[in-house]
Amino acid sequence: MNALTQTWVTVGLLSDIPIRGARCIKNGDMTIAVFRTADGRVFALEDNCPHKNGPLSQGIVHDGCVTCPLHNWVISLETGIAQGADEGQTLSFPVKLEGDKILLEVSR
Amino acid sequence: MTEKQKLVVIGNGMAPGRMLEHLFEKAPDAYDVTIFNAEPRVNYDRIMLSPVLSGEKSFEDIIIHGDGWYIEHGVMLYKGHKVVGIDRKAKTVTSEHGEIAEYDKLVIATGSAPFIIPVPGHDLPGVLTYRDLDDVDAMLLAAQSRGKAVVIGGGLLGLEAAAGLKERGMDVTVIHLMPNLMERQLDPAAGYLLERAFEERGIKVITSASTKRITGDTRVESIELEDGTVIPATLVVMAVGIRPNGALAKEAGLSVNRGIVVSDSMQTSDPDIFAVGECAEINGNVYGLVAPLYQMAEVAAGHLANGGGKNFVETSTATKLKVTGIDLYSVGDFAEADDREEIVLRDANAGIYKRLVLKDDKIIGVVLYGDTGDGAWYYDMLKKGSDVSELRETLIFGQAYQGGAALDPSAAVAALPDDAEICGCNGICKGTITSAISSKGLTNLDDVRAHTKASASCGTCTGLVEQLLGLTLGDAYNPSAVSAICGCADLGHSDVRRLIKAKELKTIPEVMQELEWKTSCGCSKCRPALNYYLVCDWPDEYADDYQSRFINERVHANIQKDGTYSVVPRMWGGMTNSTELRAIADVVDKFQIPAVKCTGGQRIDMLGIKKEDLPAVWEDLGKAGFVSGQAYAKGLRTVKTCVGSDWCRFGTQDSTGLGIKLEKFMWGSWTPAKLKLAVSGCPRNCAEATCKDIGVICVDSGYEIHFAGAAGLDIKGTEILGNVKTEEAVIEHVVALAQMYREQGWYLERIYKWAKRVGFDEIRRQIMDDEEKRKAYYERFVFSQKFAQVDPWSERVSGKDKHEFKPMATLSLEAAE
Repeated sequence: MNALTQTWVTVGLLSDIPIRGARCIKNGDMTIAVFRTADGRVFALEDNCPHKNGPLSQGIVHDGCVTCPLHNWVISLETGIAQGADEGQTLSFPVKLEGDKILLEVSR
Repeated sequence: MTEKQKLVVIGNGMAPGRMLEHLFEKAPDAYDVTIFNAEPRVNYDRIMLSPVLSGEKSFEDIIIHGDGWYIEHGVMLYKGHKVVGIDRKAKTVTSEHGEIAEYDKLVIATGSAPFIIPVPGHDLPGVLTYRDLDDVDAMLLAAQSRGKAVVIGGGLLGLEAAAGLKERGMDVTVIHLMPNLMERQLDPAAGYLLERAFEERGIKVITSASTKRITGDTRVESIELEDGTVIPATLVVMAVGIRPNGALAKEAGLSVNRGIVVSDSMQTSDPDIFAVGECAEINGNVYGLVAPLYQMAEVAAGHLANGGGKNFVETSTATKLKVTGIDLYSVGDFAEADDREEIVLRDANAGIYKRLVLKDDKIIGVVLYGDTGDGAWYYDMLKKGSDVSELRETLIFGQAYQGGAALDPSAAVAALPDDAEICGCNGICKGTITSAISSKGLTNLDDVRAHTKASASCGTCTGLVEQLLGLTLGDAYNPSAVSAICGCADLGHSDVRRLIKAKELKTIPEVMQELEWKTSCGCSKCRPALNYYLVCDWPDEYADDYQSRFINERVHANIQKDGTYSVVPRMWGGMTNSTELRAIADVVDKFQIPAVKCTGGQRIDMLGIKKEDLPAVWEDLGKAGFVSGQAYAKGLRTVKTCVGSDWCRFGTQDSTGLGIKLEKFMWGSWTPAKLKLAVSGCPRNCAEATCKDIGVICVDSGYEIHFAGAAGLDIKGTEILGNVKTEEAVIEHVVALAQMYREQGWYLERIYKWAKRVGFDEIRRQIMDDEEKRKAYYERFVFSQKFAQVDPWSERVSGKDKHEFKPMATLSLEAAE
């Protein structure tokens, strides 16, 4: 079995994502949502709410959080942790900007 | 990990609801729970039916557990399933619809049935009981006639029903068997004061009266008393008591007397079967007030969680009458006896009566009328058996007079010990509330209700809880604060709307800056609201912010639980033809759409479409002439019609044609919440216009315009706006009404709630009587439609927002090899 290595992959440009919006990255069976906040930061979470697997990429982005479109859970973009009284955590992925390019770190 | 046990609950009232809350807290993973509810709805606060009847609250306000709660806790809830059999050998229960569920533990919570006096005529239509929401709905329907009602029974429920029906405009008489009202809770003097208070409200009270028969041909017409008095009535409500529902348990061979016999651990004669609530009998007693029922719930949950915990202990329960403007409190035993003393205070002018019954220097009974503020203080001493000989001289004047303390109303609450009970329904004491306020940083009543449940049931302790908030928080507590739009702002919806216009705020960042938002870019509650307000107020100037819209309005389809979407094309007035149907069939085949369904608004819904396919689906539908049905919008949804004078032999006008005209005029407009219309061709009302947001009933002489109906969480018949003669007039009035609602409604506030808030008469005055106002509303709607009537589907087929519908990247797996 090969050991998994971490690789930075270019997935798109910052301008591809609406401000306070998200776009999806398909990685095999998994969908990763890449978010762009009002202050120009990017974050990447698995596109699954820890509550009922709602697609977080379809939610409303506000400050450092996204509200799930299915039942309004609020998830931290930075940690993937559910805010307020709800409990749960979504996988988060390292992501960075090089100029306008968005790089996502994935296991290979 | 051990496998979860199966818990089946029969009944979904307040007692089993509370039991499950305790159980999920104590042992969240112990059971898979299945509930069978004979009523077709979720768990609601039955004590609050009276405020629903009187119109002070809506059904929505009294829901305890919404659908989300059941989903969240993985509870399988069968609504409208009555259980017809329990098989104790096989350990299964069977519902009337043939659903069979296995159990390891079973909880019976079948509650009670209202007692019906078996006089002749008791089964006539128009004779009701007062027990659940269906009864309230039936009473509300009957009350629309503004006719005469007779309530049999002058107990707590009967009096609340009488007050509610009076509030709804009926002419009400209460008939009571005993010489004074509420004789189980009140002494004759308080009963007299209560009777007088009801008479003052125009409710007639006849005591010592026994019903002989109820008469009428096809429905109730009058009621005859034993003394020969005949009282005309179109509605008779029997509220003479309840009877525990033990039939199911009895058939299953469990021990049943008056109720289902349980031990003080709430177990029936079969240790795997529990009973809680009004159906249970402990030590020969059955209970109807909420506090002991909640105690049963807690006990049963404890034993289900770990087979141990507290057992049931009988305590006396305080009674309060929930009729606005009548303050009444009673607890304990107040019969006269030689070994008892009493202290009485009367103030006839102020309508105050207080009576304390003492035995061996201890309080054993309390009746308070007119001023019930000291109820909790007396009750606390009664429960503890405190010796009151020291206080005797001034006891009756209440807590504030003790030790010459100042007459500060909150001083009484401040002086209560930490273990004094504040909320009788939920058994919450003062210390629990104050420590929750300080430790969790609670600042308002809703917070306290959410965290402690205090004041969350009948609400009569709300004043005490507010005083505790004031005492604990000091000046930081502002009781008159309008509830803010969300946590990001201090202002309520009305202020925000007013200031957007007054300060001419035209973008979301501008609103947030000027109105001092506390977060940098709002949240999912305030942003959609602000976006709507700006779209509505500045139709030609504001650029719609799609990132502040919910996903459905952003992609013009309805998101489903699995992340796929549903699509509903517009079918004007509900009319279609073979070409359209063929085009839909082709789209369904081509995109392998898994489900197709007719909606309640006479449209066709295609469900289970992948997001990436949406533009292509719309393209094909567009070629057949379809535009978006906006079934996802807080905006105009559908205009439902009947076939009217075109086809129907009863049709008086062209209801289909009028419906289509209205829909073509109004489509595309955004509104505070969804807006559904209907046009019926005659008063038979096949389009069900009288439960719509706006409805039109065609009559021979013209058109009757209705508004503010509801048939969702709440069921509410419409109010009549007025009558007009021509189709043009219908359109002008309906559009003006819609614009008034658009300009004043709070985001997500349906038209019936808005109308209740601003007043039906005020709306009639502006739309029917004030021609200038009406025309101005109409013009503003027409102006805003210039910018709103763009088909969002064809825009997207031509490439708008294409980033929404495809992934930004697909990572190939090759690199991994």
